[in-house]
Amino acid sequence: MKKILVMGCALGILLSPAVFASPESDALLQKYQTDGAGKADPAKAKQDWNREVLVKDEKMSCSTCHTSDLSREGKHHVTGKTIGPMSARVNPERFTSVKKMEKWFKRNCLDAWGRECTAQEKADFLTFLLAQ
Amino acid sequence: MQIKFNAMLLLAVLAVVVSPAQAEEDFWSWLANPLRQKEINPVSNQTWQEECGACHFAYQPGLLPGKSWEKLLNEKALADHFGDNAELDANTLKEVRTFALENAADKSYYKRARKIAVATENEAPLRITEVRYIQRKHHEIPEKMIKGNRDVKSLSYCDACHTRAKEGVYDEDTVRIPNFPEWDD
Repeated sequence: MKKILVMGCALGILLSPAVFASPESDALLQKYQTDGAGKADPAKAKQDWNREVLVKDEKMSCSTCHTSDLSREGKHHVTGKTIGPMSARVNPERFTSVKKMEKWFKRNCLDAWGRECTAQEKADFLTFLLAQ
Repeated sequence: MQIKFNAMLLLAVLAVVVSPAQAEEDFWSWLANPLRQKEINPVSNQTWQEECGACHFAYQPGLLPGKSWEKLLNEKALADHFGDNAELDANTLKEVRTFALENAADKSYYKRARKIAVATENEAPLRITEVRYIQRKHHEIPEKMIKGNRDVKSLSYCDACHTRAKEGVYDEDTVRIPNFPEWDD
């Protein structure tokens, strides 16, 4: 009985979406909650990730640079410079720096959507990315 | 007697030539300076390497004069950095800006940087590819090897052909044009 319980817990933890969470990503998700985000919606984030938006004469989405398969390397849309995979499973450095996460959310939302992302959107994206 | 005279003469020459002000003087004063070096001063700042190298080759500050870096490295300019947002927080911006201005072409003792400083005496280009010295150095290369070359695409990607660009070495002997390895001018 105890064995099953322990196995069950372990499985539950392994299968939970935030399996690649770090103290930093936890802290950031907490901050987004404080800033007004509700429950994170990773399914919506997945759609948004691939949705192309026209900003300043260029149509692009997050996947334009990062691709739709987050275990793969991406490429900068102008310079072609390699961008490391977003998946923490493949790239363990991901989501370990609050400063970096904030910086790139700001820059990339401005580039891809022409505006900063809301706390809700960032919570959605971060939860989605952590599960890849 | 002769030795003493020579020693005094040497001291006098060194005193004139080694003074720090020489870095900002003209090309000939620089040439007389025993501290000069070949090529371009390599990037020695970790923040510069990380931040500037995140999306493109981390261009050495010696590739542009200080006045160009001033135009490029401020909040407003970075918000629209050739079409992309490259904003930095205040402390990081201060660090990279200081590094750029201290190591810009007009402050450098390195040979290539000096040539760039002389070439940009009357202008402050935003792009390294707009510097006359750089244009002159590349003007014999056929378009098919740059724009028409899918592994190069533009002169902006120095490290596509300059195999030691990361070290600040751009010598012709270290150049290898992808898809045209045998070509020489």
